[in-house]
Amino acid sequence: MNKNDKAVMLREKARELRKTALTMIHTAGSGHPGGSLSAADFMAALYFDELNIRPEDPKWPDRDRFVLSKGHVCPILYSSLALREYFPYETIYTLRKQGSILQGHPDMKVCPGVDISTGSLGQGLSTAVGMALAGKRDGRSYRVFCLVGDGECQEGQIWEAVQSAVKYELDNLVIIVDNNNLQNDNTCDVVMPTGDLRLKFEAFGCEAYGIDGHDMDQIVEVLDTIRESDKKLPKVIVGKTVKGKGVSFMENVVQWHGMAPDKEQFATAIKDVEEVTV
Amino acid sequence: MTGKATRDAYGEAILELGRDNKDIYVVDADIGKSCKTVPFSQELPNQHVNVGIAEQNACGVAAGLATCGKIPFVTTYAVFGSMRMSEQIRQEVCYPKLNVKIACSHGGFTPANDGASHQGVEDMGVLRSIPGMTVLMPADFYSAKKLVKAAAAYNGAVYLRFTRDPVPFIYDENAEFEIGKAVKLKEGKDVAIIANGDIMSVALKAAEELEAKGHSVRLLDMHTIKPLDEEAVNTCIEEIGKIITVEDHNILNGLGSAVCEMVAEKGKGIVKRIGIRDQFGESAPYEYLLEKNGITVDNIVKSAERMFQ
Repeated sequence: MNKNDKAVMLREKARELRKTALTMIHTAGSGHPGGSLSAADFMAALYFDELNIRPEDPKWPDRDRFVLSKGHVCPILYSSLALREYFPYETIYTLRKQGSILQGHPDMKVCPGVDISTGSLGQGLSTAVGMALAGKRDGRSYRVFCLVGDGECQEGQIWEAVQSAVKYELDNLVIIVDNNNLQNDNTCDVVMPTGDLRLKFEAFGCEAYGIDGHDMDQIVEVLDTIRESDKKLPKVIVGKTVKGKGVSFMENVVQWHGMAPDKEQFATAIKDVEEVTV
Repeated sequence: MTGKATRDAYGEAILELGRDNKDIYVVDADIGKSCKTVPFSQELPNQHVNVGIAEQNACGVAAGLATCGKIPFVTTYAVFGSMRMSEQIRQEVCYPKLNVKIACSHGGFTPANDGASHQGVEDMGVLRSIPGMTVLMPADFYSAKKLVKAAAAYNGAVYLRFTRDPVPFIYDENAEFEIGKAVKLKEGKDVAIIANGDIMSVALKAAEELEAKGHSVRLLDMHTIKPLDEEAVNTCIEEIGKIITVEDHNILNGLGSAVCEMVAEKGKGIVKRIGIRDQFGESAPYEYLLEKNGITVDNIVKSAERMFQ
């Protein structure tokens, strides 16, 4: 597949992921649409192109790992897993329901494809460091991708984890920051400014890139660059994104951090996502 | 006194384990020297990680290692291992049921002259509250070595509490230990003393003193406070009905509380808890701190005699 065709295919996948996540959250009556939608383009690129995974063998020891450190946006992870056929698609209608494998935050014990349980912010990156370190020590070639939020970077443990990743030269670790500048209470700038995250990660010793996190060409290009890099440094992609991306009334609106669309809103949201040109 | 510190037992046991099993890892947080993991780090650098003064990260790194088949022992002081990273233990170790051990030195009042900030007096209670966590405190050097090995062989989260200073030998190197199974050091019928950790030697002296006065004492080493050996406690309730618990831990939420919970559910028997009276320590000799809280031979003997009246 040439570069252009790939980007078109991935944009189409991102659209499917958005629709699936919205459907899931609407059916559940609760969940986190804003951050799910802002991360959708990255997730499409990872799950439909970049990750070396075997959905039919979720625990394959040489698989690339994915850690959703911002565990509350699990609808976009569950959408990716559903569309990659880790479990039947209809499972999406069980999100947050009693006995479901799709818990309100990811549970590795019950959901195939979930490499670590997350949900308490700031902690996932440390586990990704452990996975990447084990891979290095065992001479395995897998990589570990970890999605963190910009608000999440207010947690001190993120920077503890980054320090250890740099010390142990974890060039098999890729940190993706969903830099949408919104968090639960307000914008990050108001709640606790995180500053220029690319510069911060660079100052900690990472190989860091800043891109438009909704431009599929840029996403594919930076993932290519990282794959080819021979620097013994952890890789960081800070993607400038829009919370609620793709749904007119959700974009950049703080309330849509953790609220489910009602029937009417859901219909509009799906229409919006379908109408975006890819 | 002939004895050795349980933290030394940990240092020896973890090195022996690491030599035999390349999946055994130690994750240090800058106090490897105090926690006796330096020989491990020197001989087995590929199985060692030192994340620096960053305990929360240490726990997460260990969890990540465990998802890849490693058996990590996160090593720090009891205060930091139980509280600084308690939520990390909950979220990244116990909830996903990962095979991570939290091995902590300086439990209880033993870091006496360091003062309250370094005395881990609430750790067992914190860890005991987390679903799925196993909580161990060995009484001497030999039991510590055996219990470290038992923890390594057990698939799941385990908290191990060691202490700083030498303690008398209770056992010899041939003694066997099973997680969740108390050791009966004395068989008796007038009163049951249930103790754990370094304080076992105090409990043992008290038992001997009571025996010298003509009383029959049962003495249990409850090295596992979770899961508690319910059978052993139930037998004490049924056969004796008078129980004294002794521990170097807050009177709340530790061994004494665990035993009281069972007695209350049973609806019979009485318990006297001897331990830290819900207060912080201070920089002072260990013996002074125990004395101040009544964790003494004399108080155990008097408590038993009051029960006989």
